[in-house]
Amino acid sequence: MKMRGARILLESLRCEGVKHVFGYPGGAVLHIYDELVKHAEELGITHYLVRHEQASLFGAAGYAQATGKTGVALVTSGPGGTNAVTGIANAFMDSLPLVVFTGQVPTHLIGNDAFQEADLTGITRSCTKHNYLVKHVEELAPTIKEAFHVASTGRPGPVLVDLPKDMTAQEIEFSYPETIEIRSYKPQIFGEPKAVRKAVKAMIQAERPVLYIGGGAHAAGAYEEVRQLAEKLNLPTTCTLMGLGAFPASHPLSLGMLGMHGGYWTNMAVNNCDLLISIGARFDDRVTGKISEFARGAKFIHVDIDASCIGKNVRCDYPVVGDAKTVAQQMLKELEEQLGGGARIAAKDAWHEQIAAWKKQHPFWWKEEGDVIKPQYVIHELHRITKGQAVVSADVGQHQMWTAQLYGFDAPKNWLNSGGLGAMGYGFPAAVGAAVARPDDLCVAVVGDGGFQMVLNELATVKQYNIPVKILLINNGFLGMVRQWQEQFYEHRYSHSNIEVQPDFVKLADSYGVTAFRATKMNEVTHTLEKGLNTPGPVLIEMKVAREENVFPIVPAGAALKDMILQ
Amino acid sequence: MRHTISLLVENEYGMLTRVAGLFSARGYQIDTLNVAPTLEEGVSRMTLTTHGNDHVIQQILQQSHKLIKVLEVTDMTAAPHVEREMVMLTVNAHVGEQRREVLSLVEIFRAKVVDVSNDAFILEMTGNAEKVNAFIELLKPIGILDIVRTGPVAMTRVAHIKAQKVKDDDEEFSELTLNEKV
Repeated sequence: MKMRGARILLESLRCEGVKHVFGYPGGAVLHIYDELVKHAEELGITHYLVRHEQASLFGAAGYAQATGKTGVALVTSGPGGTNAVTGIANAFMDSLPLVVFTGQVPTHLIGNDAFQEADLTGITRSCTKHNYLVKHVEELAPTIKEAFHVASTGRPGPVLVDLPKDMTAQEIEFSYPETIEIRSYKPQIFGEPKAVRKAVKAMIQAERPVLYIGGGAHAAGAYEEVRQLAEKLNLPTTCTLMGLGAFPASHPLSLGMLGMHGGYWTNMAVNNCDLLISIGARFDDRVTGKISEFARGAKFIHVDIDASCIGKNVRCDYPVVGDAKTVAQQMLKELEEQLGGGARIAAKDAWHEQIAAWKKQHPFWWKEEGDVIKPQYVIHELHRITKGQAVVSADVGQHQMWTAQLYGFDAPKNWLNSGGLGAMGYGFPAAVGAAVARPDDLCVAVVGDGGFQMVLNELATVKQYNIPVKILLINNGFLGMVRQWQEQFYEHRYSHSNIEVQPDFVKLADSYGVTAFRATKMNEVTHTLEKGLNTPGPVLIEMKVAREENVFPIVPAGAALKDMILQ
Repeated sequence: MRHTISLLVENEYGMLTRVAGLFSARGYQIDTLNVAPTLEEGVSRMTLTTHGNDHVIQQILQQSHKLIKVLEVTDMTAAPHVEREMVMLTVNAHVGEQRREVLSLVEIFRAKVVDVSNDAFILEMTGNAEKVNAFIELLKPIGILDIVRTGPVAMTRVAHIKAQKVKDDDEEFSELTLNEKV
């Protein structure tokens, strides 16, 4: 059947199993929006109208983080696309599978500085895994097939498809390719057997090993394999900010998060280990601190599907290129073989005792101060009330770190945040995406007053579609993390970090028709949280917290992990 | 150290900017760059020279390979190879002695005179970068009015390709024997 390009796009989405799209219309995508409303029912695609294009990307990213499926965003040309760039860069840094459709001026106007024209493939070249400009309508369906394939395989990432308006208007016979073959793109899934053998030998012999799990474990769904490896080899296991939840926080072998705001015991364990086994992590500077001091006495095993990640930041003794789940399976099999061949796993009792002693010495802590609400306590209570089972989406800043430290994620895909790019404004719209994807789960957006004010217009979105996101606003009237750095590293000079001039958030939510609650004293926290979390539909819960609370431990930028400031 | 890197790419819209953009975004330097079609339609060969320590070069190879439409990345420097670049120069050739001197250099360097006028020659010469540099240095005192250089293109030596094939066929074939064979 002949269809116009706009319909072909939507039929292609249906073929890809897309159920939800986050978007914002405009001139260049009007044909698409027209087909969307005409065929809404038969397509089975629900479109969520956000209030700023950035939120469509964050929504799609939250959707991807909460499900592992590819998120889809649709925005118009020019400003629609440029507004989406931060969201694309975020997905690129956090390796989230997204396909982003942008409108473009008609092909005959490209390059003419036409109204709402921007070179979107040019602008997004360095922050997409790949991008396409469709110049012939025959290429449309194959391009979409390729875009979904590239976005979701290998190391996932955002793929942008730029659609000139005439491409969505022209008619052609529709057929969706069943398979796709890209000869220049073949992600390596299986680890090289020799490399796996050597790595496992080192794992068996290590006396002070640490298993270090990153976001790649989520991308590959390597949960069961990683847990088995940790248990069989008795490995203390830490997760990066992006890896949290890939290994259960309540597991006896769990060390929690490492890095700049990692636990004292975690960072000391990494600092003193003799073998660091990295699966799907990239040795980010927020993890390593001063690179020359990072785990100096250790050998490194690095499993990553992206070969360019291995050896990028740290030396690597045992590189294994491959998919985290597949390589972990290979490792388990290899482990059986080596143990069958008489190998004996090194004893680690002293190592575990040492780590337990470090934990006892300096656990996470906070000081109660009368009536003033301590933000850490709020997160602690959130965990207790939700039994650690909620989907929690954090924004960027102090509250993000407290949540990472204290929420204790036991299940995978329940933790969303902007780890690599650190894009303020992520938390709330990402929670919207998660709530759309997982309507049966409680979705909480933990946000600060800074980041929330970048995206609070999305209150209209949650109201319009009655999306039951619970917004937990940790309000200290400061750009808290900036203020903390100014306090600790700039002699208390609070340069432009005070944002105490702000709306009455309860009234604001009310004006959008969103139910809101506020707590101002410690003894109101539990009750207010319970009330807010139990109220159906979207809810805002504001916690007026201590204004100058700090996140501890903190590894100062450029310092070695062991040189944490503890209080 | 200077490296010559060869990329086989799908000749698609924006391919050059993808490669060039990768280099600028990650702070690598492109010293010379050459792009031309291959025998296979739709596939182009990019030959570029860059410099950096082993770590940087390793990253350049890996990051380039990661680009979706890059088919193959080879560090030519790592194996025996032949490199050539072409230079064209407009040089002073006013008087008899000057003309004779230029012509003798042309002969020594196996260059060619491709255009003649009353007061200047256009010369063409191919060779590796060293030879091209030497030619230029010798012509400088005579007076170079204009110059264009292509930057190197490179090709792996046939003997090495054969040895590599043996290595691929036999997993245990060691680096040492490979080097001996070459």
